[in-house]
Amino acid sequence: MKNYTITKNNKILSFGLIAFGVVGIAYGFATDPTRTWASLLQSNFFLLAIALCGLFFYTFQFAAEAGWAAGILRVPLAMAQFLPHACVALLLIFIFGHHDLYHWTHAELYDKNSPHFDEILYGKKAFLNIPFFVIRLILYGIIWAGSAVLLRKYALEEDRVGGTENYWKTSKLSHVFLVLFAITSSTGAWDILMSVDAHWFSTLFGWYIFSGLFVTGLTVMGILTIYLKRNGYFPKVNENHIHDIGKYMFAFSIFWTYLWFSQFMLIWYANLPEEVAYYALRQEPELRPIFILNFVINFTIPFLVLMSRDSKRKENTVLVAGALMIIGHWLDVWLIVMPGIMGTHAHIGIIEIGATCFFAGLFLYVFFNSMSKTAVVPENHPMIEESYHFYL
Amino acid sequence: MSKYIFAVYNDEDVLMQNIKPLRSQGVRIKEVFSPFPIHGMDHLIGHKRTRIAICSFIYGAIGCLLAIWMTQYMMIADWPMDIGGKPSFAYYKNVPAFVPIIFESAVFCAAHGMVLTFYLRSKTLPGVTAFVPDKRMTDDRFIMQVECNDASKKADLTNLLLKHGAEEVKEYGK
Repeated sequence: MKNYTITKNNKILSFGLIAFGVVGIAYGFATDPTRTWASLLQSNFFLLAIALCGLFFYTFQFAAEAGWAAGILRVPLAMAQFLPHACVALLLIFIFGHHDLYHWTHAELYDKNSPHFDEILYGKKAFLNIPFFVIRLILYGIIWAGSAVLLRKYALEEDRVGGTENYWKTSKLSHVFLVLFAITSSTGAWDILMSVDAHWFSTLFGWYIFSGLFVTGLTVMGILTIYLKRNGYFPKVNENHIHDIGKYMFAFSIFWTYLWFSQFMLIWYANLPEEVAYYALRQEPELRPIFILNFVINFTIPFLVLMSRDSKRKENTVLVAGALMIIGHWLDVWLIVMPGIMGTHAHIGIIEIGATCFFAGLFLYVFFNSMSKTAVVPENHPMIEESYHFYL
Repeated sequence: MSKYIFAVYNDEDVLMQNIKPLRSQGVRIKEVFSPFPIHGMDHLIGHKRTRIAICSFIYGAIGCLLAIWMTQYMMIADWPMDIGGKPSFAYYKNVPAFVPIIFESAVFCAAHGMVLTFYLRSKTLPGVTAFVPDKRMTDDRFIMQVECNDASKKADLTNLLLKHGAEEVKEYGK
């Protein structure tokens, strides 16, 4: 049973990213705290989504009793181990930065005698209030991070004793998690991202965020799988497995585009002031290039690059398309969070990139660390043979 | 035109296992008929990968362009429409309203074009007599269509097929 060994380069990369991130964040707090909180929220959510997708992918493989991915299952599981860290960071960001991040947390909005009294937010008070919000964040943390930790425990147990007992335990927990994920992925998206624009609402928002989360996570999973394969940890993962990951990336990019467009078109068509405010801001001259770029990268690149069978079977095209898609979906989250907080003063600079590097470095370190403690290939998984002989 | 004989198998695993040795002995397999799809069969009998995906892309692109032209002519040029209370009458400003139509048209053309191409290519257009070497191929038998141009070698080939798991070897329709 082969474990991953953390190389020197892994450490240099993760700690380098963290160090660069700390510098960026420190610079941010010294110059523009609001912008720094906003980019911390955005970066944290971006990486949290990737980890959450790892958990989602891992669990639905068990719910569907799918065999093809059995050999690479430890990659999404290790990705999910970032969830405890991300959930704690999210809670801290909310506790210390809520005044800058979420307009609805300001107390004077709910005071009927105050000139700032906001009738719309007053009506949403039953849902959007700080105690309930913190309870929800803790609840997400328990569900997401708790599942990730428990599933890892079962996986370690499976490595140790073998048999199918832990497979069925994992399967049971996976079913429970998937039901809870269906709810929490939507409500989490409303809480963490949509409440940035507390006056605005979109009924499609939960699904839209879920689709973006899924694409990003799959892409990261594909890239990490290829990385481990190239370092000789996956001797039996071949182009068929890469092809299937590529298919997922392609399909869910189209799904993301579908939801992005469905949300945009209905709001654009109906042209109701309270709905259109969200897009009107993001179509201001300062933000319009990014608004268009976001759509172009996240739709056109995967659509054209990953459409043919041959390109999905080549690691290099998957890597190139994947890298661009990660940038694209980073822009997508950026467009949701930053203009909502900063208005047209939202920029992409050292603060935003630094914050993302900080969380990315942390994510990579947690990933490699977790990978080094479980077997890279779950040799006691009952469907491992099926995965080896997967043919597409 | 090539002549063929048909080897009947009653188990797809036996059939799959024997294809490789048969092909290595120079037996040319044209086609395999089975009541259900057998995964990996086309690869085994040496069929090239289908190019229908390329056709599909071309049909989809045609459908896309067709709908772009159609919406431009109908909604902007011939009878300008006030879309969503935004009377801009410019195609690029109204294009979100046309995207669903463009999308549906691309899907429509790709799907129908693909079906027609498939029918034409496999010669199963409505009205054409179906190619059925043995009626049991729709029930529980697996039929391998083997090229046999040289009548003198037919007996040898038949023996070879029978040795490699075939239940019987027959000619078309008999």
